[in-house]
Amino acid sequence: MANVLVCVKRVPDTAGEVLLSADGLSVDARHVGYTVSPHEECAVELATQVAEATGGRATVLSVGSEDAVEQLRNALAVGCADGVLVEADADLLGPADVAAAVAGVVREREAGGLSYDLVLLGNDAADTGDFQVPVRLAYALGRPVLTGISTCEVQDDRLLARGDGPDGTEVFELPLPAVVAVMEGGVSPRYPSIPGRMKAKRAPVETVALTAARQGSGRVRLKLPPSQPSSVEILGEGPEAAPAVVDLLTRIGVVGR
Amino acid sequence: MILVLVETDAQGATLVSREALTFARETAARLGDQPVHAAVVAPLEESMATLVMKQLGEQGVAVVHTADDERLTTYAAAAHAAAVVDAVRAEQARMLVAAGTPRGNEVLAHVATRLEVAMAANVVAVDSVEPLVVTRQVLGGSALEEMRLDDAVAVLSVAGHACDPEPAEVPTAPERLGYTPSVTDQDLVARVARTEVTVVDDTAALTGARVVVGAGRGAGGPDGFKDLLELTELLGGALGVSRVVTSLGWRPHHEQVGQTGSRIAPDLYVPCGISGAIQHWAGCQSAKTILAINTDRDAPMVTKAHYAVIGDLHEIVPAINEELRRRK
Ligand SMILES: Cc1cc2nc3c(=O)[nH]c(=O)nc-3n(C[C@H](O)[C@H](O)[C@H](O)COP(=O)(O)OP(=O)(O)OC[C@H]3O[C@@H](n4cnc5c(N)ncnc54)[C@H](O)[C@@H]3O)c2cc1C
Ligand SMILES: Nc1ncnc2c1ncn2[C@@H]1O[C@H](COP(=O)(O)O)[C@@H](O)[C@H]1O
Repeated sequence: MANVLVCVKRVPDTAGEVLLSADGLSVDARHVGYTVSPHEECAVELATQVAEATGGRATVLSVGSEDAVEQLRNALAVGCADGVLVEADADLLGPADVAAAVAGVVREREAGGLSYDLVLLGNDAADTGDFQVPVRLAYALGRPVLTGISTCEVQDDRLLARGDGPDGTEVFELPLPAVVAVMEGGVSPRYPSIPGRMKAKRAPVETVALTAARQGSGRVRLKLPPSQPSSVEILGEGPEAAPAVVDLLTRIGVVGR
Repeated sequence: MILVLVETDAQGATLVSREALTFARETAARLGDQPVHAAVVAPLEESMATLVMKQLGEQGVAVVHTADDERLTTYAAAAHAAAVVDAVRAEQARMLVAAGTPRGNEVLAHVATRLEVAMAANVVAVDSVEPLVVTRQVLGGSALEEMRLDDAVAVLSVAGHACDPEPAEVPTAPERLGYTPSVTDQDLVARVARTEVTVVDDTAALTGARVVVGAGRGAGGPDGFKDLLELTELLGGALGVSRVVTSLGWRPHHEQVGQTGSRIAPDLYVPCGISGAIQHWAGCQSAKTILAINTDRDAPMVTKAHYAVIGDLHEIVPAINEELRRRK
């Protein structure tokens, strides 16, 4: 049996133009809504698979505002059994603070008799992209850590994991407990079923306060890259543009002159 | 002193590591002519070591710290970090820089945690040196963050292609300082057990391609790629796709371009039926020339492209293929 804790972050669901808040300290997401990173959706899927395969429990955790319960419920709808919200203004926290908050929950639950053999996170948060929370968490817990992992499974008290390295697929075998940062691509997140959604509404979500002292993120302000005026040259419409396209390809040297 | 963690491949110091060295050298000049040192922690064959020393000399490196420990041959982030921490401490480095690659960011995260300092990932510029403020990419590069680094050692990774790897004005003959790193058994627990080399490394084929043909939702379905694959072949390129395509299972994930896929920098990118969401743009903005094919003249991919053809890709792409065959 392996219990898994999986960490998700509520982030702006911006596909088009990014808008900043008036103070320049955060992204204005009022018109676009919120989501979690695809890496984290895959981590949730892996957490569910490991819990199902071993008869353990998958718990989903987020450090953020009360609204992050929406992201917790989405994970509860696809197989996590319970959720934890560490209530805090995530914009004011740095990766060391988030790691400390998650470590606090792991230790507290362990003291209460529930130990997590595996903690899964996304490889990097979709908004801040710090690439650090999993590593900092692992040191706080004194556990080994892998990043960039596509698939993993638990065999007895060992973890078997795979990820893309510079020379091919890298295979890792570690003793549990461990911390793993997941990359999109190894598994397809399942869609919530209707019973899944119903269950998610009733599933327990514990809210805890952030206690540790804050180190902060060092953010001075956000800014947008200078917007480039469009300078697109339309080569034509429809299939008639084909000769113009091949002329261009020849001119830039992509096809032989 | 600024210490740069250098990654190597079959050609010696990697392109992105040389970019990081140039970045470090420019920053060192602003910090008041600080020397730049390099750390190479993976053991190298002697002929490779000679090549790397020469490349680092071209980058104006004063001292190269090489960790002598065969256990570092197999990658383990914690062990590599232990070796880097030794070099930082021995030389009292003010700044530690690496390329913003998966391994660069991973090793730096370990080092920053061990040194109990902050780390800035994917930095593109140093704004001021006193206090130290850097600009780094967030939201996959569609926004930037100014971040303060106040700790005794500033740890940062440099975003790919944030600067060109310029040789130093005055090349150096760097001193090579071998040392025995303090790697513990604990540091080796999370090491690569084995690497399964795929016959063709598809991801590498995509990231290294000179031409990439892109396909998005506009392909229409799993059977909508025939003409696009033919164009890819005619141009000797690789196929790259949007996340919609991979999450619908039309194409495998290793073909995905973007924030959570591969970052490409080809001479030519031809996105067909891709709207150009910021997360996709994050992966293709380094392309030299972009030729978009889209039914929607106002799609962000079209307005951001250098060239565009407006219309149905299922009509346009076959016509281009035919024209290419005709002129061959
Ligand atoms: C945190 C996060 C990370 C993400 N990471 C990635 C990533 O790595 N890569 C990525 O791609 N996306 C990523 N996304 C998703 C991204 O936001 C978009 O949803 C996605 O890129 C859209 O794919 P698309 O352009 O194929 O589809 P759409 O946005 O639906 O666009 C389809 C386009 O095709 C055009 N079209 C339709 N039919 C035709 C036709 N017959 N001929 C020509 N043109 C046609 C339309 O005009 C439209 O412009 C991420 C999202 C989030 C939140
Ligand atoms: N506020 C948060 N709440 C929960 N998990 C988080 C939070 N911030 C980061 N994480 C997790 O840590 C991963 C890496 O984040 P980062 O180090 O910030 O790039 C993310 O993909 C999440 O899984």
